[in-house]
Amino acid sequence: MTTTIPAPRTPRRLRGRTNTELYAWMFMRASGVLLLILVFTHLFVNLMTGDGINALDFGFVAGKWADPVWQVWDLLMLWLAMLHGTNGLRTIINDYAERDQLRLWLKVGLYTATTITIVLGTLVIFTFDPCPPDAAADLLPSFCSVP
Amino acid sequence: MWSWVAHRVTGIGIFFFLFAHILDTALVRVSPEAYNEVIATYKNPVVGLLEVGLVAAVIFHGFNGLRIVLVDFWSKGPRYQKHLFVGVIALWVLLMVPFTIRHLSHVFGG
Ligand code: HEM
Repeated sequence: MTTTIPAPRTPRRLRGRTNTELYAWMFMRASGVLLLILVFTHLFVNLMTGDGINALDFGFVAGKWADPVWQVWDLLMLWLAMLHGTNGLRTIINDYAERDQLRLWLKVGLYTATTITIVLGTLVIFTFDPCPPDAAADLLPSFCSVP
Repeated sequence: MWSWVAHRVTGIGIFFFLFAHILDTALVRVSPEAYNEVIATYKNPVVGLLEVGLVAAVIFHGFNGLRIVLVDFWSKGPRYQKHLFVGVIALWVLLMVPFTIRHLSHVFGG
């Protein structure tokens, strides 16, 4: 499990067979740039416009997710931020957890938590009903009452 | 060196917040009441101040991440990395001032 970094100028065939770490490094940069746009817009729309944080309730979320643009937006943000953060934490575990067993179990825990969170979040975005039939009307977005 | 420490600390902090954020948002799938109840527990000055800290962390991590990308890919990036860091701090202040004023007036102004 130990990640060893070969000396610079080591012949290619002695460096190990895959480029996984290079792809992970590229992914951190590509996802970072996308997240910059996704997350900053998310924060601006939810906290700066209208009544800001005070507007936040079920009706607010339902109103946003009635629009497919925000569904895709939040889905992308969910996947990219979770994978970016998980890969970042993988690096940090590799840096500080020196015992093989500990490193292994920390990563098992991390990947389990990440998988559960991504699956749960994705299901919520796709199966969400902005107008649940048995809910009190005053908690729902205004378009629910239109017959 | 310190920008690296700050990038790492903010990255870890944002990541753990993200878990909580996805789980509480998932409550919209349970019922409007469940979601609103949990969100209501966040609407107090202590959480309001934590939110300012969180946004401060995100803005720093985001702009500093962009600086890392420029240092790695822009041919003049490494030469100007110090200037780029000044830029990160300047942009951070530029966004944090209006955000803090607006957010805290929502939190404390009702
Ligand atoms: C807002 C836009 C963001 C940008 C531009 C960005 C950029 C970056 C970059 C370029 C790195 C790689 C550093 C390296 O390989 O040396 C990185 C690391 C990291 N990021 Fe982000 N990031 C962003 C958002 C996030 C979010 C939302 C999270 C949390 C879910 C996060 C968590 C992390 C972590 C934990 C690391 C690892 C730090 C380390 O290895 O020291 N980042 N970020």
